[in-house]
Order: sequence, then structure tokens, then C-alpha cells
Amino acid sequence: MPCPRRAPRGSEAALMGQQQRRSGTVSVSVSVSVLVVSAAVLGCCLLPLGAASSPSHSQDASKDQHSVNSGHGATQSANHTKKPFPVLSFDYKHVKQPFEIFLWVLLASLMKLGFHLMPRLSSIVPESCLLIVVGLLVGGIIILVGETPPVLQSDVFFLYLLPPIILDAGYFLPIRPFTENIGTILMFAVVGTLWNAFFIGGLLYGVCLIEGTNLGTVTLLPCLLFGSIISAVDPVAVLAVFEEIHINELLHILVFGESLLNDAVTVVLYHLFEEYAVGDPVAVIDVLLGIVSFLVVSLGGVLVGAIYGVLAAFTSRLTAHTRVIEPLFVFVYSYMAYLSAEVFHLSGIMALIACGAIMRPYVEANISHKSHTTIKYFLKMWSSVSETLIFIFLGVSTVAGSHRWNWTFVIVTIILCMVARVLGVIGLTYVINKFRIVKLTTKDQFIIAYGGLRGAIAFSLGFLLNKEHFPMRDMFLTAIITVIFFTVFVQGMTIRPLVDLLAVKKKQETKRSINEEIHTQFLDHLLTGIEDICGHYGHHHWKDKLNRFNKKYVKKCLIAGERSKEPQLIAFYHKMEMKQAIELVESGGGVKLPSAMPSTVSMQNIQPKKPPPERALPQISKGREEEIRKILRTNLQKTRQRLQSYNRHTLVADPYEDGWNEILIKRKKMMEFEKRISQMNNYLTVPAPPPDSPTIARARLASDPQAWSIKPAADTGTIPSIKVDLASPQTPDSVSMVDEFGKPASRVPREPEEEEEGLMMRPPLAEKGEKEEQEEGKEQQRLLRCLSDPGPAVAEEEEDEPFLP
Amino acid sequence: MGSSQSTTEEHNFQLLADRTGFSLEQIRILHKRFKHLTHDKDTLRREDFEDISDLTFNPIRSQIVEAFFDKRNFGHNEVGSVEEIGFEEFLTVMSHFRPTGQHLTEEEKDKIRQEKLRFLFNMHDKDNDGTITLDEYRHVVEELLSSYPEIESETAKAIADAAMLEVASVTMGQMAPDEFYEGITFEHFLKILKGVEIETKMHIRFLNVDTTTMSCGK
Repeated sequence: MPCPRRAPRGSEAALMGQQQRRSGTVSVSVSVSVLVVSAAVLGCCLLPLGAASSPSHSQDASKDQHSVNSGHGATQSANHTKKPFPVLSFDYKHVKQPFEIFLWVLLASLMKLGFHLMPRLSSIVPESCLLIVVGLLVGGIIILVGETPPVLQSDVFFLYLLPPIILDAGYFLPIRPFTENIGTILMFAVVGTLWNAFFIGGLLYGVCLIEGTNLGTVTLLPCLLFGSIISAVDPVAVLAVFEEIHINELLHILVFGESLLNDAVTVVLYHLFEEYAVGDPVAVIDVLLGIVSFLVVSLGGVLVGAIYGVLAAFTSRLTAHTRVIEPLFVFVYSYMAYLSAEVFHLSGIMALIACGAIMRPYVEANISHKSHTTIKYFLKMWSSVSETLIFIFLGVSTVAGSHRWNWTFVIVTIILCMVARVLGVIGLTYVINKFRIVKLTTKDQFIIAYGGLRGAIAFSLGFLLNKEHFPMRDMFLTAIITVIFFTVFVQGMTIRPLVDLLAVKKKQETKRSINEEIHTQFLDHLLTGIEDICGHYGHHHWKDKLNRFNKKYVKKCLIAGERSKEPQLIAFYHKMEMKQAIELVESGGGVKLPSAMPSTVSMQNIQPKKPPPERALPQISKGREEEIRKILRTNLQKTRQRLQSYNRHTLVADPYEDGWNEILIKRKKMMEFEKRISQMNNYLTVPAPPPDSPTIARARLASDPQAWSIKPAADTGTIPSIKVDLASPQTPDSVSMVDEFGKPASRVPREPEEEEEGLMMRPPLAEKGEKEEQEEGKEQQRLLRCLSDPGPAVAEEEEDEPFLP
Repeated sequence: MGSSQSTTEEHNFQLLADRTGFSLEQIRILHKRFKHLTHDKDTLRREDFEDISDLTFNPIRSQIVEAFFDKRNFGHNEVGSVEEIGFEEFLTVMSHFRPTGQHLTEEEKDKIRQEKLRFLFNMHDKDNDGTITLDEYRHVVEELLSSYPEIESETAKAIADAAMLEVASVTMGQMAPDEFYEGITFEHFLKILKGVEIETKMHIRFLNVDTTTMSCGK
């Protein structure tokens, strides 16, 4: 039966057709066709489910017939009873489940693709809304086809769809703003959610008691249970919406942190009310137990996450020889942390966050650069797919689910949710501002209140309710879905224009500069010192103690080798260099300057001028000097650009390193690379140093004035040396070049500083004319030499080496 | 302490409160701390800072201690350093770390920001020539990294040079190859630290000074 085969081929053809039309209108028509095709694909595949049963029927029938026939007579020839070999057969049941799963994933990804082809639409409507609409459409199509659309199973949601999103959030959690605001976040998460739950639950119960609303069957505890389900701010929805509006870091971390940490409260309240709704009336002891349970759930979750995080960090220390599976450890340990926490009904989300946040600094110090990139992209990919699937399924479940619409209940719920949120935020902010230095303004409060979106977690929790114990489950589900739709659509769509209208501070896109880093660290130490002088055991004091403990004990255990001793400033410095190096390499060696600093300032500008060393100099006439300078300039153009970049962060390998011979080999390759850098007129850094050099050795700078000494012209007899004084006013083209004349690597053990930067200009003592030729020749050689800096070798990355040791 | 003595003290405290902006409560606590540090003498010397055990781990402790004895921070527009300071100077230096109030105008915020940055600048600019030269900046970075003895001075130099280059690029823009960038002036300093919210970060909560540890004689 070729029907299902047709379907995948059909989509392929559609895709190809799309590509051909790409030159034309890459817009609505394309996306709509994508939509239609995917829906058709889905529908088509569901059809054979019905058809699939028939071949087996006919086969059985034929088998029966055959047995009957054979019973009839052995006189029938053997050919009769022998079936022809099935060249092409159809067996869908075999692959049904994974096929459908991946079909949904494909659908979700194609949707995402489609939306981004319509930039106008995606700038107005957040992606989550569009995805829910698609889900609704797909659900509708499926119903039309006659099949039952799948509902979002809570198991699938909690075990497969939610963890990638949370891990992505936890691993990339910005630790500094998070810990600085942890008090505020906890207040909002714990007290705010409690307030919401009880306010909504209580008032809803009050409304249910009113005659004439048909809600008499709803008692207090189910109401409170409903309140606790609906009160939690959802991390998935918050992420989906806030990522697109780019508000400032503080607000983002407040709302997002709250959505993550309120999981513990939700879990406890949910289980508490679920238990007691069916059991005996609640006593005081139960309330106390609830509080204890809350502490156990949250702290237990964090503990489980921390244990797995430390294990992961330790494992990553040992992976130096098996770099390929490094990312796997990160994912597996985190997922195990989540599952382990779920076993004990602890907060899986907090476990995941703790695991990711704790293991990250150590893992990143240990793993190779490629593994780091892999982890980052896999996490982003999975969380993106998960998010898309969740929203689509929300839409489908809306269509599929059994609903009971009750106007009063739904409308009261929506109103109460908003009121509770606003009151909660205002009240809490009033209290919090007494303890904060950076107070939360009214604008901030508005955004926090408005950003309290509900999402799929609420739906799944509601879905989990047992129908026998809670006969009003359908009504609850309807209300939950309505609230979700309301918050996601109305609040999600309007938050962006509101943010612009209120002129809320946006995220600063500036990169962190090394000056800021230095001063942030300086400030940290300064404030710690002042606190110590005051005798005040404050924030900085404890942070400092933690850092010292970390440095002394923890890092030694969890970070492999030399990296354990690397101070943060150095790590930051290297990261910055590497980023620029990668930009350089990716831009193909630099016509377009990735650097954001279009200035002509270079190292020479900041070097203090030393008094010109005694030189047997200046018998050259001005004109001659000009000529020489011009020649140098043209020939050294390329080199200068590259070298001044060396000047900035000299990445000369430590000649004491073993890799010196390799470097000599690499310099040949560098000649070609250097040729590609034609018009750089800026000072970029060079790519990273060779993988093996320790951080310390990398820091040799051209700029060190002490590194210069007058070189006696040891080789005057043989070849005149052209050296340009770096700081001399007479030589504007200060270039630093390795002062070697093709001396072999035997020179290696010499003082490294001498090799550097020293073009010191000494007038050619002999005939000027021919000297120029020789100079040029020597320059080439010197070019070779100076390019022996192993920096650009990274252009030919060795496959298995870590970028940073 | 006789009652007459305490009233003069209170009076002094009031004057100090008006000048530095601390509350009376905070001044009393800090005065207690001052007495503790000086072992009940009237003036504080450099050696008294050695008794603070936690300070020994701090990589920039010498700079912090120097800042207390730097006349530029006393608010009288003098220069130079002194050997010993009284409570008033102690308080003045501490006042640079007061948290900013909530309802301030933009100018007031800016003024406070400048004061705090000026304090930082003075810490770096030891010879008081108005600029942080490359050497001074190198010294700063070396001190910061001094708690990691394995790091060679070359690395510190590299970082300092890179930072200096960045400052020059950001503030000066275009420079001819033979011009020389003298050093970071105060305006440049303000400019490069625009991203760091000094007025909110550089503060200590003075009210929570732990008085019990002080009386137990640390």
C-alpha cells in the first residue's frame, strides 16, 4: 500500500518546491503551504491506521482459504500453495509509535521555520501564541479527519518535554544577578505563590457558595487545590515571551527566577490539597506538616541537584581522553538528578537548576571548546523543540479535551488571577523595598505583575487530577486553559508595546569589557575589605569566604590540571581573546572587521616613551629616512597589522615550550594565512595560542619597555640589521618583529623578550641602494620569523585538541 | 564616661551626622568600632589595621589601608598622606560607602556617583598627577592577582596593557601612531566605568554592624 509512502515523499516534494520558489515571495504562501503540507502529512498518516488493519484481514482470509484449499487436495500442485515472495510489503504498526512522535517533532520544527519566514507577523505576535493557534488548527484538522487527537499526557510533559527547557535555563542561569536578588526572588516565589493560591482559592469558594451559579458541588479544598494549580507562574511561558522583549537583566531575572523557584511551593500545595481533599478535614498538625514538607521538598531538591552536579563536575575532570562524550555526561547527570528528585516527590525543577548551576563553572573549565559549543547548541535545540511541542500540544489538547464551560467560574477565575497578582506584587514590593538598596519602581512592579504568565505546567497538573475524586475536573481544565490562553495571548501580545510605551530599561547589549571586569573585581575586594574593617559580616564577607573555600578545596578536586589555579580575571581575559580570535577566523581573515573599536590606537600609543637608546645613528638625511620608512611601510603593511594585534595580547608561545618545533612548521602555513589578511587597518587580536601553552606564557607583550635592550650589533659584519625603535618618534611605523635572521630553533632557549619587538632602526651603514634589496629580503625572512607566533595556527584547528587546556 | 563628656560627644556626633550623612545610630556604632580598632586611643594608625584577621586575605589590603590615610579622601582638598587619623577622618572615608537614598534627583545621583568614582580613582592614582598611568594600572592588576602566586607578572602586565589599550580606544578614538596616551584621566575613568553601576554597588549596610563581636574583643 503506497499511501503512507506517498506522504513523506509528498512533503519532500513540497519542500523542494519551496526552495525553488524561495527567490520569489518567501512569505505567507510558503508558510501556509508548509502548514497545509504538514497537516496533510499528519492526516495522511492517520488514515492508514484504519487501512492497515485491512491487509491483515485479507491476508488472514487468504491464509484460511489456502489452508482450506490445501485440505482439499494434495492433488494441487505445489505452485498453488506457494505464495510469491513479497517484494514490497507494508507494516506500519511496527514503527507506529516512533514514527508519530517524530512526525510531531517535524511538524513543530516546520512551524517554527514557517514563522520566521514571516517577520512581520513574528514581530507582533509572540511565537507561543502562533504555536497555540497552529495546535488548534491541527487539532481541528485531526477531528475533521475523524481521528481522536492526542491530548498532552502529563507523563510525557513532565518527563520528556519539561526537563530540557529547565536544564537550559539552569545551566545558563546568570549566577551573579540571581544571587544578588535571591531574597527578592524567594519572596515572590514563596510568599507570592502562597498568597495567590489562598486568595484565589478562598474567593472562588466564596463565589461557589453563592446561589445560582451551579457551583454548589465545589467544596473548599478543591477550590484551594485549583487555586494552587492556577497560581504558579510558568517558566516556559515566561521564557517564551520575555526572551523576545529584551528587558533589563534585573526584571528578567526576577520574573524568571520566581517562575523557577515557585515549583517547590506548587508541588507541596498540590499534593497537600490533593491528599486532604479526599481525606479527613485538615488539622493544625497538617498545616505544620505542610510547612515541613515544603522545606524538605525544596531543600531536598537542591541537595539532590547539588550531588549530581558535583558528580558531573568530577567526571568531567577525567574526560581528557574521551572528549567526544563529554556533553553526554552533562545531559545524563542532569536528567538523572531530575528523575531522582521526582522519585521522592521532591522538586525536580529545583534539582535541575541546582545541578546545572553548580556543575557549570567546573565543567566549563574542564571540557574542550567543542564540547562546550555542543552542549550549548544541544540544550538550545532541545529546549526550543520542547517549547514548540508544548505549545502545539496545548492547542491540540484544547480541541481534544472534554470541556465543561461555566461562565461564572471562568470569568471569576480570570479576574481573580489578575487581581491576586497585582495585589501580591504591590504588597510584597512594599515589604521588599525596605531591604533592598536598588528599590523596585512602579514600572518594575507593573512589569513583574504583568509578566506572571501561566502555562502548560498548570494544565498538566490539572490533567493529572483524578476524575473520581474531583468530578469538577473538566470544569477546572476548561478554566485553566482559558486562563492560559488569556495570559499568553493578551498579556503576551501586549507586553511588548507596553514595555516600549513605559520606556522600561532594556537589556544592555554591550559586551563586558576588561576594564569593567577589573573594576568589578576590585570593587568586590574593596567592599570586602571595608566590611572587615567595620566588623560587619555582610554579603561580601561571606561571598569572599565562599570564594576562598572554593579556590582552596573545591577547585582542586573538580578541575583538572593547571586550570584549577587560574584566577577569574585571567579566565575572563582568555575568553575575550578567544572570542575575538574566533570572530577573526570566521570572518575569513578580516575584510569586515568584527571588532567594535574602529580606532587607530595601538600599543605604541600607550607605551611610555623611553629616552632613545644610544644609537650610532643619525647620519641619514631626512629624505633617505622617508624613503626607507616608505619601503618599510609598504612591505610591512600586512605584518604590521597582524603584529600590532600581537602587541595587544601577545600570544607568542613560550619558547620553553615543547611545541616550538611545531610552531616552526606552522609558520609556513601562517604565511598563507597572513596573505589573506589584506586590508586590516585595525588592531585585532590574533587567534588563540597553541593549545598547550599554559596561560602564563601567553602574556608576553611587545609593549614591555624593559624588554628592550640595545642590541649590540653582533652581526654587523654579516648582515645589516634593520631594527626600528618601537617608541622612537622617528619611526611612526613601529612594528615589532622578532629579531631573528633565520637563526634556527637553536636560539630557542634564549631570553624570550629579546626575540620580540625589536625593530630598531639602525641606519644601514653601507650602500643604501642595495641594502634596500637586502632589507626586503630580510624582511621576508623576518616576516617568516615573526609569523612564527603560533597564534593563527588555530585556523587549522587540530581536531581533537581542546581549545584551552 | 561622664554625662558631660557624653553630651559633647553627642554634639560632635550630631555635627558629624550632618556633615557625612550618616545617622546618629550608625555613627555610634562606627565610633565603637573605631575605639575597638585603636584599642581605646584617639587616633588610628596603620599598624592597627594589622589586627584585623580577615583583612590579611585581601589582595588589595595595602591599597585599602592607604586610602584611609590619604588626605584626598578627607574632603578638604588637600593632598598627601598622614600617619594617623582621627574618628572624623575615619568617618569621612567610610561615608563614601553609604548606600544611596531612594528619592534622589538625577543630579544628586550623579554627584554621588562621581564621589565614589573619585575615591576609586584616588586609590589608583597614587602620585596624584590626575592620571592613572600605565605603571599605576599595572600595579593595580598585579595587586589583584597577587593572591595567585603562580601567575607571573607578565600576565598582569598583559592584562593591564590590554585594558589600557581599551580605554585609549574608547576614549580617544583616533590617534596617530606617534601620539602618546598619557594615562586615564578622571573623565576617561568615568566614561569607561559607565557600564558599572557604582552608585548601587559600592555600599555597605552600616546598620548591621555586628556589635556583639566587637565587645567580645576580636
